[in-house]
Amino acid sequence: MSKPLLEIKDLKVYFPIRSKNLFGGVTKYVKAVDGVSFHIEKGETLGLVGESGSGKTTVGRSILRAIEPTEGQVTYNLDGDAVDLAKLSDKEMRGFRKYMQLIFQDPYSSLNPRMTVRDIIAEPLVAQNLAKGDEVDERVREAAAYCKLNLEYLRRFPHAFSGGQRQRIGIARALISRPEFIVCDESVSALDVSIQAEILNLLMDLQAEFGFSYLFIAHDLSVVAHISKRVAVMYLGQFVELAPTKDLFLSPKHPYTEALMSAIPEVNPDIEMAPVHLEGEIPSPINPPSGCRFHTRCPYTQDICKTKIPEWKEINPGHFAACHFVDTLHLKGVEMPNSEDAN
Amino acid sequence: MENIKEKTDDNLLEVKNLKISFKTDEGIITAVDGVNFTVKHGETLGIVGESGSGKSVSTWSIMRLLPKNSIIDKKSSIRFRKKDGKVVDITKLKARSKELRKIRGGEVALIFQEPMSSFSPVYTIGNQISEAVLQHRDVSKEEAQEIAIDMLDRVGIANPRQRFKQYPFELSGGMRQRAMIAVALSMNPALLIADEPTTSLDVTIQAQILELMNELQEELGMAIIFITHNLGVIAQVADKIEVMYLGKILERGTTKDIIQNPQHPYTQALLKAIPRLDHIGERLNAISGDIPSPLSRPTGCPFYTRCEKVIPGICDVKMPNPTKLSDTHTVYCFLYEEKNV
Amino acid sequence: MTTTDLSHTPLSQEESEEAQRYFSASQFQLIWWRFRKRRLAQTGALILLVLAFVGLFAEFFNPYGGTTRISDAILVSPQIPRFCNDAGCTLRPFVPGVVSKRNEETLRMETVMDPSVRRDIYFFVKGEPYKLLGFIEMDTHLFGLKEGAINLFGTDSMGRDLFSRLLLATRTSLSIGIVGVIIAFVLALIIGGIAGYFGGWTDYAIQRLTEIVRVVPVIPLYMGLAAAFPKEWSSTQVYFAMTLILALVGWPTLARRIRGKLLSLRGEDYVIAARLSGAGSSRIIGRHLLPAFMSYIIVDLVISFPYMLLSETALSFIGLGLRPPTVSWGVLLQDAQTVRAIEQAPWLFIPALFVVVAVLSFTVLGDGLRDAADPYQVSD
Repeated sequence: MSKPLLEIKDLKVYFPIRSKNLFGGVTKYVKAVDGVSFHIEKGETLGLVGESGSGKTTVGRSILRAIEPTEGQVTYNLDGDAVDLAKLSDKEMRGFRKYMQLIFQDPYSSLNPRMTVRDIIAEPLVAQNLAKGDEVDERVREAAAYCKLNLEYLRRFPHAFSGGQRQRIGIARALISRPEFIVCDESVSALDVSIQAEILNLLMDLQAEFGFSYLFIAHDLSVVAHISKRVAVMYLGQFVELAPTKDLFLSPKHPYTEALMSAIPEVNPDIEMAPVHLEGEIPSPINPPSGCRFHTRCPYTQDICKTKIPEWKEINPGHFAACHFVDTLHLKGVEMPNSEDAN
Repeated sequence: MENIKEKTDDNLLEVKNLKISFKTDEGIITAVDGVNFTVKHGETLGIVGESGSGKSVSTWSIMRLLPKNSIIDKKSSIRFRKKDGKVVDITKLKARSKELRKIRGGEVALIFQEPMSSFSPVYTIGNQISEAVLQHRDVSKEEAQEIAIDMLDRVGIANPRQRFKQYPFELSGGMRQRAMIAVALSMNPALLIADEPTTSLDVTIQAQILELMNELQEELGMAIIFITHNLGVIAQVADKIEVMYLGKILERGTTKDIIQNPQHPYTQALLKAIPRLDHIGERLNAISGDIPSPLSRPTGCPFYTRCEKVIPGICDVKMPNPTKLSDTHTVYCFLYEEKNV
Repeated sequence: MTTTDLSHTPLSQEESEEAQRYFSASQFQLIWWRFRKRRLAQTGALILLVLAFVGLFAEFFNPYGGTTRISDAILVSPQIPRFCNDAGCTLRPFVPGVVSKRNEETLRMETVMDPSVRRDIYFFVKGEPYKLLGFIEMDTHLFGLKEGAINLFGTDSMGRDLFSRLLLATRTSLSIGIVGVIIAFVLALIIGGIAGYFGGWTDYAIQRLTEIVRVVPVIPLYMGLAAAFPKEWSSTQVYFAMTLILALVGWPTLARRIRGKLLSLRGEDYVIAARLSGAGSSRIIGRHLLPAFMSYIIVDLVISFPYMLLSETALSFIGLGLRPPTVSWGVLLQDAQTVRAIEQAPWLFIPALFVVVAVLSFTVLGDGLRDAADPYQVSD
């Protein structure tokens, strides 16, 4: 078996909180990501879901070194050579940027309003000197064509475009340097349903064409399920479950996953929603609860959950969860009607 | 107000020929174009639409909460039956009139997507709720406080007495949305307009808020207009649905009509475009093309530019008339109009 | 919200040529188009341009030099050019003559108009020699008289032509504002830029320094600094010292805004995108931060002008700023300090009118630019 493209080991990202006195000593940390390990295969899509404050965006951005990781390894296998991205200097990292890209959530703020579409798409090539002169234009046209952008539009400015078109521009910028790994950070969340479908199709087509690996971060479980081969569920800076998509949705092993899935409103008035009721709110990542971090809201919580940190273990092949009661709890997954039953 | 006598008694709200435009630097933009709908006492009307559909503008106009550059066409009418049984046309009321103020809050209340901006940051939550109660109900200050605490309790906020003294920024997003519902309901409105009330919330919180709204509606019997782009949410909360696209209604019917038996090509395509857990990994049936900009709105049926079943020479010329498919189900599409002719 | 008939609003369907133009318009063009719709701001800009132009070529527009005394013309009231008198009308404008005579009640020498004397105004007349822009030797003035004197805005108590002095003062005051703003801006850009780009403790230290400068009371500071000007300094030296003082007091406000803007820009998605595209610091600053910044900066500059102008005027007015023989609006207004001036020579207040007009023009221009500089606001 070939090595995975990316291996993340015990990734931690802490943000210091400075106290308000004159010299601003650091007293506390927001533990946005607190010990996360996973890998991404070449050409696969790993979905990452979680609610706001779970740290999912920070995971994606710290892999790309948009945010500096505090601890841990981010091993990137570049043609068989393992490179720890977390240890690269800023300059070395710049040379590495062509292999990895980010597609943003907000198609409005992520494009420089003062640059033409052509210049925006060409930015990775020009900034890293990957191409010169006519080659730049050629590659811009090529990238734009892959993203089904009208080539007429290249000399226009972003204000001429709707959200969906802008997202295509963002995608063209991400693929122009021919990367291997792309982080999609809520890349379709801001789009209308009808546009979202098109962008999801485009992302899948591009993956089939170029063999990209995606880390697909979103809060919408059905979108993540749709595009991902495996899905990880994050809660308060840690993974609670990671499994192949169907396994996760049909037989979740962590109570939080169950709660998330029960809360998806069904597009069917005959199926009444029966959300698992979670107590209270997501606790602060400055002082996460002891033991299992989910114990304050878990409907199945027992005494052991308050004191002992549950082990991250493999229950079925490829299916990991961190819960003391994985073997005894029978959690409800999503009822999948016959998948042959097309509309 | 010529045909006031035609009204049936159970219609709480009757919106007719609603047309709203905005004057902008780039010209006049028509956001809502000839929209009709009715709401009966105690029912939930869902309005579903994508960006630019005019779903928010058409409902905010019920409270006359539109920006200064907006224009309501003079043929439009929004007839609202007040608690005392009288019917008023809200479009004819003077801005800043006493009557309008009484309707806002006292008769019609609004909750929207960003709960933070609906609260003043310098007063406590409790203060703001009891203030609202005082304005619309004839009670003493102490009674108003009790009502406020009771409301906080009813919307599922734990320790309401303690929360009463907290400031908006001390509450989480879900809590603030609950508090906003508490403010809206403390005035005992007959109609609650909920404009994407759960869009910025996490799914687990969203589920709780939806449950809460269902419970409160059963308890208090108010009518709700629920605006959202999320078909899952609308399928769960609405009794009947209006599908809007670029300022026009394309289809209306009961929730079952729309979700299980959609007839308009747009509604059909929209339902197919949502990723579903039972079709993991398949290509989605996307609607081709973009939503046209409100500045260059197509003539005729607004959806014809993206419609797979477009009839050239017909759909792009004029807006189709409504075709009644059943007592509850109406569609605006030439595919059906022709059959009837 | 108004109620109007809307049944005839046409809805365009094809992308019109105008839409095409709009879509491929750069930010600068968008700002310009929006600015063109703001009449008031344009009026402000026009007035300022005229003031600057007239000030720049003051010697040419002036009939006299700034210090030239016209004999027997103490406190002459403004002479308004006319085309007609009792003798009939002509195409050539003229002003009435001026004679001095003793007031029989107050026994003071006074100058009065003598409508029977007609002094014709000629254009492009030869007069006092001067150096245009400081180096072109010329002696042609825009207008003048062949004999006698023309005082459009009257004269002061020393018989100097107020109109001529006012144009020269316009140049001084505007240029002091401009130079002051530019120095303040350069300071602010460096200091605020460092704070905003590097952040951390650098930012912290600079922030505290800015606050210290901001809390120093302005008037005593001005007084202290101005009092420190040695008496023997030439008027040019005083002039530059003045601009420096204004700049030293003015930079913290600008620096703060620059820092704030930079900090918010640094977190913009598109700047992060540039960094993730592999762009280095210089490219990020030059290509992404600065252009985004320019429109705000220009607006900020225009808005901070009036403060400079007013500070200069106020300082000179109380005698701490520029001193005669240099003329500025403040220096001219010194003459209007006495009750006697209000009573006998109200025209000495004309410079105050110029101050008001200039400040208002800057303000409406700044407001208009600010509105226009945000072309991406969506009116929804």
